[in-house]
Amino acid sequence: MSNSIPTTPEAVRKQAAAADDRRRRQARPVSRQWRRRGLMTAYIVFVLLPVYWLLNMSFQSNSEILGSLTLWPQDFTLEHYAKIFSDSNWYMGYVNSIAYVLMNMLISLAVALPAAYAFSRYRFIGDKHLFFWLLTNLMAPPAVFLLPYFQLYYTVGLFDTHVAVALAHCLFNIPLAIWILEGFMSSVPKEIDETAFIDGYSFPRFFVKIFIPMISSGIGVTLFFLFMFSWVELLLASTLTATNAQPIGSVMTQTKGASGIDWGALSAAGVLTILPGIVVVYFVRNHIAKGFALGRT
Amino acid sequence: MNNKIYNNRAWWLILPMLLLVAFSAIIPLMTVVNYSVQDVFDANTRFFTGVEWFQATLNDPGLQAALVRQFAFSLTVLTIEVPLGIGIALLMPKKGWQASAILILVTMPLLIPWNVVGSIWQIFTRGDIGLMGWGLRELGYGYNITRSAVDAWGTIILMDVWHWTPLIALLCYSGLRSIPDAYYQAARIDRASRWAVFRYIQLPKLTNVLVIGILLRFMHSFMIYAEPFVLTGGGPGNSTTFLSQSLTTMAIGQQDLGPSAAFSLIYFLIILLVCWVFYTAIMNLQKDKQQDKGA
Amino acid sequence: MAEITLKNLAHTYMAEPSSPEDYAIREMNHVWHQGGAYALLGPSGCGKSTLLNIISGLLEPSSGDVLFDGERVNALPPEARNIAQVFQFPVVYDTMTVYDNLAFPLRNIGTPADRVRERVMEVADVLELTPQLKRKAKNLTADEKQKVSMGRGLVRDDVSAILFDEPLTVIDPQLKWKLRRKLKEIHQRFNITMVYVTHDQLEASTFADKIAVMYEGQVVQFGTPRELFETPNHTFVGYFIGSPGMNFIKVELRDGRVMSGELPLSVSPAIHDALAHAGSANIKLGIRPEFVEVHAARVDEAMEAVVEDVQDLGTYAILSLRLGDIPFKARIEEDDTLPRGKAWLRFPIEHLGLYVDEFRVEIPHE
Repeated sequence: MSNSIPTTPEAVRKQAAAADDRRRRQARPVSRQWRRRGLMTAYIVFVLLPVYWLLNMSFQSNSEILGSLTLWPQDFTLEHYAKIFSDSNWYMGYVNSIAYVLMNMLISLAVALPAAYAFSRYRFIGDKHLFFWLLTNLMAPPAVFLLPYFQLYYTVGLFDTHVAVALAHCLFNIPLAIWILEGFMSSVPKEIDETAFIDGYSFPRFFVKIFIPMISSGIGVTLFFLFMFSWVELLLASTLTATNAQPIGSVMTQTKGASGIDWGALSAAGVLTILPGIVVVYFVRNHIAKGFALGRT
Repeated sequence: MNNKIYNNRAWWLILPMLLLVAFSAIIPLMTVVNYSVQDVFDANTRFFTGVEWFQATLNDPGLQAALVRQFAFSLTVLTIEVPLGIGIALLMPKKGWQASAILILVTMPLLIPWNVVGSIWQIFTRGDIGLMGWGLRELGYGYNITRSAVDAWGTIILMDVWHWTPLIALLCYSGLRSIPDAYYQAARIDRASRWAVFRYIQLPKLTNVLVIGILLRFMHSFMIYAEPFVLTGGGPGNSTTFLSQSLTTMAIGQQDLGPSAAFSLIYFLIILLVCWVFYTAIMNLQKDKQQDKGA
Repeated sequence: MAEITLKNLAHTYMAEPSSPEDYAIREMNHVWHQGGAYALLGPSGCGKSTLLNIISGLLEPSSGDVLFDGERVNALPPEARNIAQVFQFPVVYDTMTVYDNLAFPLRNIGTPADRVRERVMEVADVLELTPQLKRKAKNLTADEKQKVSMGRGLVRDDVSAILFDEPLTVIDPQLKWKLRRKLKEIHQRFNITMVYVTHDQLEASTFADKIAVMYEGQVVQFGTPRELFETPNHTFVGYFIGSPGMNFIKVELRDGRVMSGELPLSVSPAIHDALAHAGSANIKLGIRPEFVEVHAARVDEAMEAVVEDVQDLGTYAILSLRLGDIPFKARIEEDDTLPRGKAWLRFPIEHLGLYVDEFRVEIPHE
């Protein structure tokens, strides 16, 4: 079947094995592996430490917090969480935030998908200028629009509604969504569209049945960023709301009572604002890990 | 990619988006422009002032100082976060449950509301109840962010690094994941050093995501508001008062509509200008690379 | 410069392999001699690339040893094995010029600049890349990129071996031919061991002195192109080499006669004897279309077949026949008479192969 192997004396074989071992050790230094892990661990500790401290505080009674510094809750309590979940003022803050974030994600994605498709597939009058103008909206400091937004939404009667915040966040989220989606769409070959049209697909059917599944990764990544920027924004959200649609961020600023800040409640509320984010990353982690390259070049 | 079809009906696809963004962007912007050239006393009394508010804003020493602080802040955090983010991305494991776990942990700070980020660091750094504040004092350093401008600055920068390095890391990690294995295999066959792999394989693939990362980081750091507002309130003195906070104080606190509108426009234009210059410079660099195709 | 020995080598991508099918490489022994030009031929998914990656060190085998000049190198990473490998799809360093790309493997080990220059110029000349040397690799066409990839393997003249993993896939046919000749030329000039993976028999036979045919994770035959053609060791080699492939007829001995299904075959007594001693139910007779004797009229000891199709290929024609139920191919030269409707076939004993359990068994000649 194949050539025979020349027989090697036992001594030579042992020598070779020893040399092999030696070289292997030189080629893959174990220390480098450990250095990598060490550095990564150090960074993770840096990320987690402030969060741990928040968690620690949230499980301590206010007397323990102010009494003496303890590295973990000596007197474990859920009173702050109980307070948040029983006081409608508190928990409605979460409901409001989640409501306008979801609304914004829905609106942004719905209008960004066709727009991004147009930018990735067609040339038309003013396309480049339009794209650039969209990007400039990403750069607009929310502080600039505070007053005009307040007046605008007050005038049209949307003040203190979820829709107001959702629409306001569209200012930066729609351009962002278009930017990200356009990149993903451009990497889908045009031939796919053409084949589908030849096969008799109408545009809406093609778009929903064929195109959207092909860029599902891109949609995942987009939704992640949409959630991120809408969930974390507070300046516009708190300016455009008063009581009915108040985001959790504004509710938290009210923990300053007559007796100073309610640190425990503040911490517990903070911990609860971190959780939705973790859930969202958990769902899109594979899309991110799959690798995407943003940007059009 | 110049095989796009010329078709003006594409405008129909753009239209819904355009109406929404226009509602959110153009109408308010017009309001700002309108205010910036007028002096408003009440709903019925207003005077045309021309460029007066703009001159006043540009000559205001307080705002000039805030602008300088703003640039100093943005540059500092960029120079720390970009290399650090690349480094983290390179260290992150690629496979297995650790990859998912670390990805989630690294990304976590990005998804915390900005004012909560401020609160977290406020609690963390307080001398009485905060681990870091207490720890530094126990080590003999008189750490106090309400008194020392240096401490306040250091803390805000540390907070920003904590908060935003993940964005660079995330973008780079994703960019790195899109490099086919064959490149690493070829590099091993070619006996490339770790540095050569980074310099000639990884970095070129990261250029695009880095451009985006740097642009986003510049914009956001330039607009920073909630985190320092909660953490230091702009103090001690005005040492950590950045542009957004100055603007908000002026517009909401003092109701100076004209000057704050003029300030808004200048603020917006500065960001546009910096982004445009940066973007054009990068594009020119890439164009140079492409030109040798014809050579 | 090395002789590469694979000893009891096996590889699986699974953690707990249970059957031979779980192995990408089934246990095998093989020697690639120093200075040979070898091809590793097989269909996709037969384990060719896996084997190549094990030789270069990109993969560590699950069991068995890889020996370079008798020294075990299993755990050595590719960078320590001093081996060059060219991949199926071009890998170039985008930001570097073509010159820098070619110089890269030499610079990585600190070769002096003038030596680098000399080597790069030589290789660029052979591959006809000299006019492109100053250009950025990013802007090259696909086949120029692949030439650069190959060039990076060729600049190193001290390597143990150069491995090619279907390197000409992306290159257009005209250039393919030229590059293959170049490789051959380089091989003769530098006397480097080369292993060339391909699924194209023509590519394999024009490049290699000896071809290893792989099938389901095993090397089923290792020999010269001529040996593979004339005496395939395995039915797969018969199918895979040659165009069209070898004819195989499943046969059995029934009532003292050699039968294929219900069709009695007239074959020589030697085959009759061999069948009687085979000891397996899986017996096939194989004959190349080129060696089938086709007669337009009835001759002695010939079997009648129906002509179903004639494919005229200029200097020769391929006949599609039916022998009983068995589809059959035969090749006739242009000056032979073309049979119409019916043909009479004869199988010369010296070209007839006997395959027991898919492997060839020698037929004792009188």
